[in-house]
Amino acid sequence: MHHSEPAPSPLVLLETMMLIRAYEETLIGIAAGGNAPGTCTSVGQEAAAVGVVHALAARDRILTNHRSAGHLLARGAEPGRMIAEVLGKRTGYCKGKSGSLHISAAELGVVLTSTIVGGELSLAPGVALARTMTPRDDGIVATFFGDGAACEGVFHESLNLAVVWKLPILYVCENNEWQAFVHRRETMPMAQVRDWAAAHGLVAESVDGNDAEAVHAAAARLVTRIRATGEPAFLETLTYRTRGHFEPDDQSYVDPAELAAWRARDPIELLANRLRAAGRLDDVHLAQIRAHVRSVIDEAVAFANASPYPEPAELFTDVYA
Amino acid sequence: MSRITVNEAIAQAIAEEMRRDSSVLMFGEGVATKRGELVAEFGAARVRNTPLAEGIIAGTAAGAAASGLRPIVDLLFAPFLCYAMDEIVNSAGKLRYLSGGQFRFPLVVLVQSGAGWAVGAQHNHNLEAWFVHSPGLKVVMPSSAADFKGLLKAAIRDDNPVLFFMDLALGYQSGEVPASEHLVPLGCAATLREGSDVTLVSYAKTVQHCVAAADTLAEQGISAEIIDLRSLKPLDEAAILASVRKTGRIVVVHEASRLCGVGAEVAAFVAEHAFEALRGPVRRLTGPDTPAPSSWPLEQAFVPQADAIVAAARDLVGTREHA
Ligand SMILES: Cc1ncc(C[n+]2csc(CCOP(=O)(O)OP(=O)(O)O)c2C)c(N)n1
Ligand SMILES: [Mg+2]
Repeated sequence: MHHSEPAPSPLVLLETMMLIRAYEETLIGIAAGGNAPGTCTSVGQEAAAVGVVHALAARDRILTNHRSAGHLLARGAEPGRMIAEVLGKRTGYCKGKSGSLHISAAELGVVLTSTIVGGELSLAPGVALARTMTPRDDGIVATFFGDGAACEGVFHESLNLAVVWKLPILYVCENNEWQAFVHRRETMPMAQVRDWAAAHGLVAESVDGNDAEAVHAAAARLVTRIRATGEPAFLETLTYRTRGHFEPDDQSYVDPAELAAWRARDPIELLANRLRAAGRLDDVHLAQIRAHVRSVIDEAVAFANASPYPEPAELFTDVYA
Repeated sequence: MSRITVNEAIAQAIAEEMRRDSSVLMFGEGVATKRGELVAEFGAARVRNTPLAEGIIAGTAAGAAASGLRPIVDLLFAPFLCYAMDEIVNSAGKLRYLSGGQFRFPLVVLVQSGAGWAVGAQHNHNLEAWFVHSPGLKVVMPSSAADFKGLLKAAIRDDNPVLFFMDLALGYQSGEVPASEHLVPLGCAATLREGSDVTLVSYAKTVQHCVAAADTLAEQGISAEIIDLRSLKPLDEAAILASVRKTGRIVVVHEASRLCGVGAEVAAFVAEHAFEALRGPVRRLTGPDTPAPSSWPLEQAFVPQADAIVAAARDLVGTREHA
């Protein structure tokens, strides 16, 4: 029968979040120099990425959006090939044709990344449909999107189709309270997207999006349910975008008190403190992890910098199959 | 050969390809209701009705195509494409390129378009040039039953997204279609009639107006060559050039409006590559830059008719010859 993926050690969740943080802080630096166009970070939102991705099996598919670094890294993407892609290098996951905003890695099951807000919502049902038409395939599709995307009409079209066609999709709404430069409270009558999802007749839950273990537990439960029933489910991770929409952004439009309150709930700190209190982590170990992820990212940057740009003839390839 | 209607040709093409390849499926608003014979033969999983939501229909086709299926979606009337533009243009057309070639999008979008039913501008709008302007897409718009069948079968087998425009005036017209397996490659124009004085280039229903015009011109001693483009992207540039190098004169005819239409591309291409062969200016006869009216006489006035084609060709041959 259906069994769920073995629960990862919380230390794995922690290390993955720290890897994502180190990657994105490095890109923030590169972007400050003007060399990483379109960098949108997920600083402060890492728990959602690692919690959900670790609840998926290798055969599952992931669709994501412009804020995708966490999803890719949690899935095991090579940071060097990601940075190479951001820098437009030939060794990037998409040969430099994507840049930061639409990195797909089919070899990891991260498919059809779209930076059209809601694009992944429009594509997910087809990816899931293909799975239902393959005999003995119990793979599911997880699609990540923001609270802003939930304001697009296609959000509702996607959920409705997934329900009436019974498609195995885990909809993961990362509600980070921001939709580019507009606060969520200006665009939606309620604080949680879950209410909209529930109206479409699927199982819809919200979870503390800064608690990696809680996200993982909720995602694992819903993944098991989707595999057993073939029906879609919705998970909202309640979190906060602690940096600007993209780099650089001075965040002058952000309420400092709100920002400070969320920064005090940093998902990495949260899990590290919990593990410390449980006697499973000490400062030495934490420093070791920090040094390790730092060296991984330093190597990645060196790889990307040393990589060549695509040949000019690449302009014309991959337009048609 | 057997004589069948365009609608029958379309139905045959879909059924034959679904029989041949189990990854072909079809969905859209009312598809399962109206194509009961397909449901009976291939089952409800492969022939589906959808909610009224063109965006998600097209997006689902793109996602399914990138995941190993070969969807055909019926979006009904061309103006409804406006709801599906993002999925067709930004996803199906671009995600292969943006991903560095990781995905392919073998899907077909069927839509009807054109004057003939007096349904007005929100059901009749010839939008084919929009999609010609979008990288990663292919666009076809046939004129005969045989080409409808052969091009649709080829479109279903193509590994790229194909916009298949069906001129709705043609659905109940009949034509000879080969009884055996019949495929028409995308990107190949058809020379319907050879001639030496003037080239008439067209596609969809105005091809027939060109045929009628050529008959009249022949009676007047003017020999017209007729090229049916059939595919708008890829465009058969070689066929256009070869013909205009022979005749030295060209009239491009289509129902879509003139500004930035397919005729503009044909004219510019000929001017760039066969200027020395031209014995007169390139002429275009197109629909006007207005929404399509419903009133029957207005709708007919919207479409370039045979007498206008005759006049344009005569003008080119006559006045330019002795100028
Ligand atoms: C269709 C579309 N409209 C607008 C944009 C510009 N844009 C990029 S991200 C973004 C905000 C999206 O907000 P949300 O979905 O909440 O995701 P978040 O950025 O918060 O992760 C906007 C408006 C876009 N990329 N696509
Ligand atoms: Mg947001």
